[in-house]
Amino acid sequence: MRSRWSYVYFAFYLLLGTVLLFLNNDLSKAVITLMNVIIVLVPLIGTIFGVMYYYNSKEFTELLLAQPLKRSSIFLGQYLGVAISLSMSLILGLGIPFIFYGLFRSSAIWDFSLLLITGTFLTLIFTALAFNIALSNENKIKGFGYAILLWLFLAIIYDGIFLMSLILFEDYPLDKLSLVGTMLNPIDLSRTLILLKLDISALLGYTGAIFKQFFGTNFGLIVSFITLTAWVVFPVLRIVFKSKKKDF
Amino acid sequence: MVSIQNLHKKFNKNVVLSGVDLEINEGGIFAVLGPNGSGKTTLIKSILGMVIPNEGDIYVLGKHIKSNSDYRYKIDYLPQIANFPSNLRVKELIKMIKDLRGHTHEDLHLIELFKLQPFLDKKLGNLSGGTKQKVNIVLTFMFDSPLIILDEPTTGLDPISLIRLKELIQVEKAKGKTILITSHIMSFVEEVSDEIVFLLEGEIYFKGTISELKSKTNQPDFEHAIASILTENHV
Repeated sequence: MRSRWSYVYFAFYLLLGTVLLFLNNDLSKAVITLMNVIIVLVPLIGTIFGVMYYYNSKEFTELLLAQPLKRSSIFLGQYLGVAISLSMSLILGLGIPFIFYGLFRSSAIWDFSLLLITGTFLTLIFTALAFNIALSNENKIKGFGYAILLWLFLAIIYDGIFLMSLILFEDYPLDKLSLVGTMLNPIDLSRTLILLKLDISALLGYTGAIFKQFFGTNFGLIVSFITLTAWVVFPVLRIVFKSKKKDF
Repeated sequence: MVSIQNLHKKFNKNVVLSGVDLEINEGGIFAVLGPNGSGKTTLIKSILGMVIPNEGDIYVLGKHIKSNSDYRYKIDYLPQIANFPSNLRVKELIKMIKDLRGHTHEDLHLIELFKLQPFLDKKLGNLSGGTKQKVNIVLTFMFDSPLIILDEPTTGLDPISLIRLKELIQVEKAKGKTILITSHIMSFVEEVSDEIVFLLEGEIYFKGTISELKSKTNQPDFEHAIASILTENHV
């Protein structure tokens, strides 16, 4: 089940990478287009695969639980199995066409690696979140519903609320607020990181300048990666914690 | 062998076990009986660490089960409903469990005993309930552990397989193993068990031999003795 779908996912990225390169005829432009796809699609796939895998392998989990294995290793093993195979599909699927196109001779290599790194982070984050939701909900339908809602919230609704609040409070200085707001949502954070790396922050006006000041520096980059890591670590810790208390 | 002290478990507001104390000595066959929902499976799953008790301590072979998961090497467990991953083949499943628990040749003998050879290459999702239960039995008995836990082992078995299962249980008993069984088939329990534990509303109502139960309830046969407990307690 898992392996078959990760091949499909791999093939999809392979196709996407090739088509984009063919259409854009330029590495940097292809990276920008890819970013828009990845930032929305990677979390969605991570969420759905995570939830689906957990519920599908429930019987298998019960079988393993009666064996002399630690609970944390059973669940972390499953999580890593899903997250790593999805990440590999992403990295290989996009990497192969870009390498053939001449990535190593191009200046876009750093932008492209950043894209893959954030993509991998997003996969790890959203698979972990999906496992959390599935662990807390016995009911499959509910679990799926919450997972999709979470994705919808972080990918779309959060931005809406964020923009609304910016418009509502436009009389106040909002630099700090918007920075914090961006940091708190892994999808926004990834998008901002890539956009600034691509040096198109001029498009973002005044806020862009502030963002550039923060995220453009090494300090900002480090803080961003720490935040992304925290987004992976805390859900994973909760998987371990929750799985120790769960009845089967 | 197994020592359970003051075990409490509730699922949300539903109290399943309320203060179970149980000592299971080494050697012999113990049957855990009780009406539906009396907490038999919960008790067994607590011993295996699959259900986390709200209160109480469980020791298997003198060690607290929370300290380490290695005690499960000493337990062979037959789950009540054989929920296997449906896309695995029987052969693959047996190999996988062997990889997890160590090497054994006993499986060949058991496959022969239950005539499972034609099913080895079939997927578990396509097997009938009885055949799944046979696979379940093979997986349980192929390791040589001192404690064997069987949750409703007779479900779905045809008469020949049932006879073979009983023989198998007696062979294991002769090796000095401790076997814990739950079942609703009273004739089966009466035939195989040395001692019974009767659970009622989350507590131990009776523990002792079948003849003790008969004299306690003044009933000539086992089935009526059980029935009289149930009617007296308005279950």
